[in-house]
Amino acid sequence: MTDNTPSAGNSDLFEYLLRLGDDRLVLGHRLSEWCGHGPILEEDIALANISLDLIGQATLYLHLAGQVEGKGRSEDALAYFRDAVEFRNVQLVELPIGDFAFTIVRQFLFDAFSFHQLEQLGKSANSEMAGIAAKGYKEVRYQLRHSSEWVQRLGDGTEESHGRAQKALDDLWRFTGEMFHADEIDERLIAGRIAADVREIEPEWNAVVSDVLRRATLTMPEGIHMMEGGRRGRHTEYLGHMLSEMQIVARSHPGAEW
Amino acid sequence: MARSKEANRPDSALGGRADGPASAPPVGSAHEDTGRPATESGTGGAGASQWPLWEVFTQEAQGAPHEHAGSLHAADAEMALQNARDVYARRGGVVSLWVVPSVAITASPSDEAGPFFDPGADKIYRHPQFYKVPRGLKGF
Amino acid sequence: MEKERQQGVDESALNAAFEARIARGETIEPKDWMPERYRTQLIRMMSQHAHSEIVGMLPEGNWITRAPSLRRKMTLIAKVQDEAGHGLYIYCGTETLGVDRTELVDQLLSGKAKYSSIFNYPTLTWADMGTIGWFVDGAAIVNQTVLAKASYGPYARAMVRICKEENFHKKQGYEIIATLARGTPAQKAMAQDAVNRWWWPSLMMFGPSDKDSPNTAELMRWRVKRKTNDELRQRFVDLTVPQAEAVGLTLPDPDLKLNETTGHWDFGPIDWDEFWTVVKGNGPCNRERLQARRDAHEAGAWVREAAEAYAAKHKQVPTASAA
Repeated sequence: MTDNTPSAGNSDLFEYLLRLGDDRLVLGHRLSEWCGHGPILEEDIALANISLDLIGQATLYLHLAGQVEGKGRSEDALAYFRDAVEFRNVQLVELPIGDFAFTIVRQFLFDAFSFHQLEQLGKSANSEMAGIAAKGYKEVRYQLRHSSEWVQRLGDGTEESHGRAQKALDDLWRFTGEMFHADEIDERLIAGRIAADVREIEPEWNAVVSDVLRRATLTMPEGIHMMEGGRRGRHTEYLGHMLSEMQIVARSHPGAEW
Repeated sequence: MARSKEANRPDSALGGRADGPASAPPVGSAHEDTGRPATESGTGGAGASQWPLWEVFTQEAQGAPHEHAGSLHAADAEMALQNARDVYARRGGVVSLWVVPSVAITASPSDEAGPFFDPGADKIYRHPQFYKVPRGLKGF
Repeated sequence: MEKERQQGVDESALNAAFEARIARGETIEPKDWMPERYRTQLIRMMSQHAHSEIVGMLPEGNWITRAPSLRRKMTLIAKVQDEAGHGLYIYCGTETLGVDRTELVDQLLSGKAKYSSIFNYPTLTWADMGTIGWFVDGAAIVNQTVLAKASYGPYARAMVRICKEENFHKKQGYEIIATLARGTPAQKAMAQDAVNRWWWPSLMMFGPSDKDSPNTAELMRWRVKRKTNDELRQRFVDLTVPQAEAVGLTLPDPDLKLNETTGHWDFGPIDWDEFWTVVKGNGPCNRERLQARRDAHEAGAWVREAAEAYAAKHKQVPTASAA
């Protein structure tokens, strides 16, 4: 039976749930910036769908996080009233949307990670987390299909699209390592069969990404120094601006209901 | 508890090609499949390119017939299928989707079509796409 | 000469048969004979409707990144997504009449095509999201329910889909406003301010007074318009006044008064100068709206081309040239 009641031992779980929720909230928010500005109507609808899936998953993780923390913080309190240094997403997802190639390549790199992560989490000893992950797993399969198809279309499309996709890949690559970095929190939760083992995921992710990039005629960057810090609240400067916008109305009326 | 969508979303994956084996990542191996239907190129060149038109058919429940839901533009069948799910099936109530290039459909002549109607009267629409020659593609 | 005279006679017979079909309540399908004017009027009406949905994504899209709760964020994204979908259904329906979506989009972006004037107003506070759902979608519902029985099949079918989705939009907007109206004093003031700014433009959505609306009679005969602008506007007012009372907000019209004889709410004069100014392109956001759509379209060109190029490279079967 899962014990989600607040306790000292559950501070790891709280941190981990923030990571899961913040990855998806930040990425979902970035995707939502495309609404009304997509390259074709059909794609506007597709990106909005993915954005909704991600924010929906984030809501579930953050809600559970608040319960585990036991200080009465709802998912909205966590989303709208934490500062950037308290967010636990990887830096990859907070980067601005750039052009369509940047958005799609970033999405693909995250989807390939999330696919394996949620597959593992579906077997978590924490039954509530397993349930949330199982639901997300159904959605991430479509997301991965969508983003991987687009990476191929752009990589193997026109000269221009190929150039943009390669540039995006080159610019994004240094943010991919962070997804596979396991710290002490991860290690304790992996030992407790609660968290996904990101070290196991890395080679699987590599296999998927290599395969898609090959078919997309794109070159995988090599010898890149990896950025990290998001999991500890050390973010890029982009996150602060993003949160200023996201949180402004809620913070202007603290305690209000919407 | 907030739901991911205001209205219901299908929990069961759609039938057919959208499902793969449980743990294989679904990274569209679409174009290595056999026998994809030919699609007409869009009518435009640079800046005016428009993806071909597809008709979408949805099946509400196992055992029910597929019914015409509408159309959409997509560059290839895989995209058409994904877009069809997003446009016509995101609120649930759909267990299967078919997408067909509009040019592939042959229609019976309308009783109400007059004697002065154009040739190509066996197409489903008065669509100009049916009457244009595909243009060359740029940049590759 | 004989052939042309024969054609003239046949055409008037066809016209008469067409009008009779309409009068019998039949549905016209894409391949049926139709007068050229019916075809062009429908293209105009349907494409204007589609353009309105697409441009309509922008004023609400403006607040997605600032939505103050996760639930509101998701429902707003879903609403804007629905509007994209509605535009898509109707563009595809319009294409059945023999026009490409590309042409229609060009007409919008070049400023030649019209779209609903309401979307040329700016969204200035979160409360605007409430009033847009309540007033603008509310007005659209009044207009659109009758279109589900329009004479042109593809339009009617698109409208059935749209009407199902539209009800959630209006409800969502009203819920936002109701929550604000019973919230903090600042929230209530925000709601009242939004109502003050959106009420009159919403009344103008129904278009000019009947005496200034030349197309109405023909469109009504062809069952693509079922009631007059004034009738629809009155219905909207009658529905909305009690809704405003229910949440304790006032509508910015000192002349609003229940007429005991007619049972309708009498309302004050509309500023038609403002209406025509906006329609002619000089409203607060006309330029910005079109520029945003142009930017998206231009920025998307390389994406659309890439997808086409990829599809062509991976075709299994050679294309048959069209006739």
